[in-house]
Amino acid sequence: MFAWLIRRLGQAFIVMLIMTVIVFIGVSVIGDPVQTLLPPDADQAERLRVIAQFGLDKPLWEQYLVFLEGAVHGNFGQSFVFGQPALSVIFQRMPATFELALSATLLSAIVGVPLGLYAGLRPDSPVSKTIMGGSVLGFSLPTFWVGLLLIMVFAVGLGWLPASGRGATREFLGVQWSFLTWDGIQHLILPSINLALFQIAMMVRLVRAGVSEILPQEYVKFARAKGVAELRVIGVHVMKNIMIPVVTISGLEFGTVIAFSVVTESIFSWPGMGKLIIDSIYQLDRPMIVAYLMIIVLIFVVINLVVDVLYTLLDPRVRLDSRSG
Amino acid sequence: MSFDTTDDNVTVRTKVSRETPARRFMREFAASRLAVASLVVLALVVLLAIFASVIAPQNPYSLLQLNVMNGQLPPGSSSLDGSQVFWLGTDDQGRDMLSGILYGLRISLGVGVSSALVGAVIGTSLGLIAAYLGGRIETFIMRLVDLQLSFPAILVALMILAFLGKGILNVVIALVIAEWAIYARTARGAALAERRKEYIEAAEALDVPRLRIVFHHLLPNCLPPLIVVATAQLARAIVLEATLSFLGVGVPVTQPSLGLLVANGYQYMLYGQYWISFFPGLALLIIIVAINLVGDRLRDVLNPRRQA
Repeated sequence: MFAWLIRRLGQAFIVMLIMTVIVFIGVSVIGDPVQTLLPPDADQAERLRVIAQFGLDKPLWEQYLVFLEGAVHGNFGQSFVFGQPALSVIFQRMPATFELALSATLLSAIVGVPLGLYAGLRPDSPVSKTIMGGSVLGFSLPTFWVGLLLIMVFAVGLGWLPASGRGATREFLGVQWSFLTWDGIQHLILPSINLALFQIAMMVRLVRAGVSEILPQEYVKFARAKGVAELRVIGVHVMKNIMIPVVTISGLEFGTVIAFSVVTESIFSWPGMGKLIIDSIYQLDRPMIVAYLMIIVLIFVVINLVVDVLYTLLDPRVRLDSRSG
Repeated sequence: MSFDTTDDNVTVRTKVSRETPARRFMREFAASRLAVASLVVLALVVLLAIFASVIAPQNPYSLLQLNVMNGQLPPGSSSLDGSQVFWLGTDDQGRDMLSGILYGLRISLGVGVSSALVGAVIGTSLGLIAAYLGGRIETFIMRLVDLQLSFPAILVALMILAFLGKGILNVVIALVIAEWAIYARTARGAALAERRKEYIEAAEALDVPRLRIVFHHLLPNCLPPLIVVATAQLARAIVLEATLSFLGVGVPVTQPSLGLLVANGYQYMLYGQYWISFFPGLALLIIIVAINLVGDRLRDVLNPRRQA
């Protein structure tokens, strides 16, 4: 296990290094940083001064090392728009995104598991067919369009729920959270549903497939033959074995949820990292874009690592010999 | 025993065995009415997109044909001069939404299909080469695939467009980079199983050139899973393009796809003018559902386990 973990950490490190190269190339080679740093009416002297100030006259590999040194120290420069270090702006926005992603993941489990269970236990009932048809729809519906429909129906049409923002927040552990106030929860409902829709559809299919695979197993038949209550057969024997893929996929998909929060946050003006990156792209806030990309890469590397570790802990059959790492 | 019956038996047998794999495939596919209906819908959509300039009541991008006075009319209204009925309403510039959607279909389908095709060609080639050559090349390609697949496609595309900027070609590039890896993984998986079979060995024994073995012998036999993946990826590419365009980092304003049309109507939706965003999204949904249903059927029909 230890050797495997070291190896895995080494891989994660290499991935991070590769991504710094890619992001650096993206920023320095494809884009022209001087253009964005200078006012449009700048003269040649001003131009040369900026080039020297940002080290753009140095060879590329030296520029990369400077960039890398800054990245390691969490220094991606000042945001053009906010006038603060880019990284700290992201850290201010991060809790909002995590709150949204977590509540969407939770929602997908709360709604998706029972529906999938039902569809798996009664595969031929009309209700199950409706559920499965709905899951096809859930896969096909474009997230952004559903978000608009939710706003149209529940915010504009019925006026039940607010359409934008985070609402009132309360501090907990030094961070502002929406789910601690009633107003905040109301603001959280529509974006969470929007973000969770795809995940619910996937959860339904996952659980249904799991149930139809487990029901014919010997141990389920044996438990039933033994006279174990049906509720216990499903609640314990079946559920236990479904939980492994459910937990793994939820974890793996957490990254996707964070990625798709870019869309949901833009629609519901949710002040998280996703809306931040879109705004930054519009405003050509280059340090912000770079910092966001590096942070998101880090988040994904960590998520993948955690899921791998969790998977091996949940399922002892997965062998951790260093060759397969 | 008369000769006649024997002859009959022979003809019957040849008739059965004469059903080519392609015919059997079509018969099995057609067994699902839902899949056939989806296929018809898709064919219709493609025709609408191709002949958009003929069918559409107006050219939505010719400023001469637009009148701001016709702006934001609800579905079914007539234009000011009474010459035209806007069945799906108009947007803020008096553009007929139906025409806008027909022209938008072109861009959405064009970007989706071309990126899925290029991604399929690049990904499949790399996957086949990895499986056939093995060794360091395989390790390198597959590590790249793993790296790519550990990030969601939308994030990869967003990253690339953040650097490249808006533009139809840029969106296609971003989608290809975001999606090639899945083809590569599928192609390699299928090719690994195929390459140990005897016909490959026979081709090698005959000293057929390696490239010819890969693309002429290996590829056709790896197609079934690739076709299934390609349909799913086509749907994903179209949605992804729409999403990127909705976010304002995709296609330029002058060439709006369905996603951009939805984005244009966003602010008006808040005032209850739902049609500007609703109908382009509905068109998108119909396309995606149809592709996914066709894909589901293909998966069932092409699944080798089911045929066994």
